Amino acid sequence: MGTRNYKRKTSHSEHGPGDGGRTGSWRVERPVFDRSLCIPCKRNKESCFICWLFCPEIVISRTIPPTVNLEYCKGCGICAEECPTKAITMVDEAQFSEEDKD
Amino acid sequence: MQVKTTILSLPTEEFVHPGTRACAGCGLAIAYRVGLKALGKDTMLIVPPSCLTVLQGLFPVASTKLPCLNVTFASTAAAATGILAALKTQGNEHTTVAAWAGDGGTSDIGLQALSGAAERGDNFIYFCYDNEGYMNTGAQRSGTTPIGAVTANTPFKGKIQQKKDVPAIMAAHHLSYVAACSAAYPLDLYDKILKCKDMPGTKYFHIHIPCPPGWGYDPRYGIKIGRLAVETGYYDLYEIINGEFRLTAASEKLVEKRKLVPVREYFRAQSRFRILTDAQIADIQNQIDAKWAGYYKKDE
Amino acid sequence: MHIIENGNVAAALGVKLCRANVIAAYPITPQTPLTERLSEYVEAGEMKAEYIPVESEHSALAVCIAASSAGTRVSTATSANGLLYMHEQVQWAAGARLPIVMCVVNRAVGAPWNIWNDQQDSISQRDTGWIQMYCADHQQIIDTVIKAYWLAEKVSIPIMVCYDGYILSHTYMPFDVPDQEQVDAFLPPFRPDYALNPEDPANLNTVTLPDVRMDVHGELAHGYMEIRYLLQEEMRTTLAVAAEAEKRFTEIFGRGGDPYIEPYRCDDAEYVAVGLGSLTYQLRVCVDALRKEGINVGVMGVRFYRPFPDEAIANALKGKKGVIVFEKALSYGYEGALASDLKSALYEHLAYTGALPVVQNFIVGIGGRDIRTEELTQNLKAATQHRVSKEPAWIGLKL
Repeated sequence: MGTRNYKRKTSHSEHGPGDGGRTGSWRVERPVFDRSLCIPCKRNKESCFICWLFCPEIVISRTIPPTVNLEYCKGCGICAEECPTKAITMVDEAQFSEEDKD
Repeated sequence: MQVKTTILSLPTEEFVHPGTRACAGCGLAIAYRVGLKALGKDTMLIVPPSCLTVLQGLFPVASTKLPCLNVTFASTAAAATGILAALKTQGNEHTTVAAWAGDGGTSDIGLQALSGAAERGDNFIYFCYDNEGYMNTGAQRSGTTPIGAVTANTPFKGKIQQKKDVPAIMAAHHLSYVAACSAAYPLDLYDKILKCKDMPGTKYFHIHIPCPPGWGYDPRYGIKIGRLAVETGYYDLYEIINGEFRLTAASEKLVEKRKLVPVREYFRAQSRFRILTDAQIADIQNQIDAKWAGYYKKDE
Repeated sequence: MHIIENGNVAAALGVKLCRANVIAAYPITPQTPLTERLSEYVEAGEMKAEYIPVESEHSALAVCIAASSAGTRVSTATSANGLLYMHEQVQWAAGARLPIVMCVVNRAVGAPWNIWNDQQDSISQRDTGWIQMYCADHQQIIDTVIKAYWLAEKVSIPIMVCYDGYILSHTYMPFDVPDQEQVDAFLPPFRPDYALNPEDPANLNTVTLPDVRMDVHGELAHGYMEIRYLLQEEMRTTLAVAAEAEKRFTEIFGRGGDPYIEPYRCDDAEYVAVGLGSLTYQLRVCVDALRKEGINVGVMGVRFYRPFPDEAIANALKGKKGVIVFEKALSYGYEGALASDLKSALYEHLAYTGALPVVQNFIVGIGGRDIRTEELTQNLKAATQHRVSKEPAWIGLKL
């Protein structure tokens, strides 16, 4: 099957996730949240969300608790570095079983 | 007086998809994400070849949810003019036109077109995301690479020339708005965009963008390094409204504090400055102190 | 309405009648009177358009590329080094399939500086994926601009309307200016398949891979090679669309002819001179003179240079003893580009007949060197009698 009948004849891209593939596979370390330290978790109230603001990949949710989309998280570690209460730790991917891995 | 945006009041709608080809910890990804929030849905983008071309995605998939025209390296601002002219003839006065180019695409090859559009006073916002080198092609020097930085084509001696002051060049075009921002201060960027959106003519943004592979640091420290650049007084956050200069955000606070972090800390956090000697750092420190003495004096 | 004006004004009137909405131009001699005139139309309110006085030719085409991508009809014009400075953008406009119409007022290129006419500028852009049409007089200039907009928008390929600097751009001749109603009947408003739109966002001209790739709907999209193949394929089918344009034009405006070539006294000719632009009208004088001497010659102007009307040209030259190509440009290191293309067409279409015309190549008027009719006539005559030179022969050279 070729592209003879494709609707475009120029480079005309439409938006969608994962242009770079499942970029979670780039990750060497994974961010893990300690809810006992995480400010919005502790207060059970919308607050802080510094991890959400600085995430370059838009993979941290602005929710209580914040969650990480591991399919795309590249494991840069900015969230762990910027968390004011050190609630996020970067953990070696080797620590996780195959089932945990995305 | 514009209310300052906080993390909690920042809109949650995203205009960039996850899973881009940008490097892990890319400073541009942060500034772009927040910048698009401020620009909003009714925006058309222009992008020349740069790291953003890669982040934006490869045909037929785009990472950005806004219409975007990819253009040749030297033609960014002229393309903005073209879109504006088209919109004008179509009676569209509501859509914001925004160009995002790198520092090479701005300070070097794109400067002529940018100067032309600014002189014509075409009504768009130009963003120069300054990662201080041709990072997309492997980190060669650009007009905005700072003195002392080792790059792929200043491999042993580092760059021997000063960084080109592009915001000052743009301010000389009598623009209504010129801003210097940083990826480490996304809310400052956000508020500045909102502030100038309805101002007439060309608006220019210079955004300092930490770059893990180009600057040589562990990706996790990107925001810290961006912040250090500001806290050391090395890179200043400011705005120039109709010729009126004003420090903003953390830089404004530094004037009150009267205390800068030694610039050595900024240099030593990045491998690109590894060849800077103590004497050279002392010399740069003196220049920073002199610049800030001027700011303090203005404040008195 | 018949008027007497210069060739640049003929072009400007064509652009005005076609209702281009965005005009961007940078001054270069001999194009300037054309774009000055357009700025007058816009400032006087005679034309509803944005006139953008850009800071370079590179930006002139950038403005046109962007405005066309945003869904407007655009116009620009240039000459010589201005066209060369655009070169990157010229390629870009073709790859993006934008129906831009650009007048190229032919002039020699530097170094050394020379402001006079030859055709090295547009010929050097032959391989960029633009349609190239050449004009031989003022009527052809205005008519070709109008046809060009229709054709460009029909096939989504940009067009260069080329005419000789000074010889046509600055000389005054009578020509007919069509009515606006006629042009409106010929040329519908520009409605592209897609224009930049926040309600329907697309990212245009993104990096495209060597191989095909799935889109977000699961459909297999082109690779770079397929996109470029389609440009070539549709350039070739443009020849048929150009015939349709000529037919429609003739119906509405009451004038027209062969869309690709303009033969003069060729039917019974044994030898045919071939060229591009105003030179072919000068060659008619030579042909008439030689006919009086009993030499059976004709001349054929090539109006369409890209896509190359190889079949039409070969058919027109079938059975001729010789073809003499006169050119104001050349591919340095070999010969005139038109001569090469023409030989290729003859070989392709006539080799099987076992009767290929002999082809000779003359280079004339480089950098505005006077092309004296008497000298042209003598060289054309010589070429009907013997092989003048193995290499392209330069007429009027004073070495």
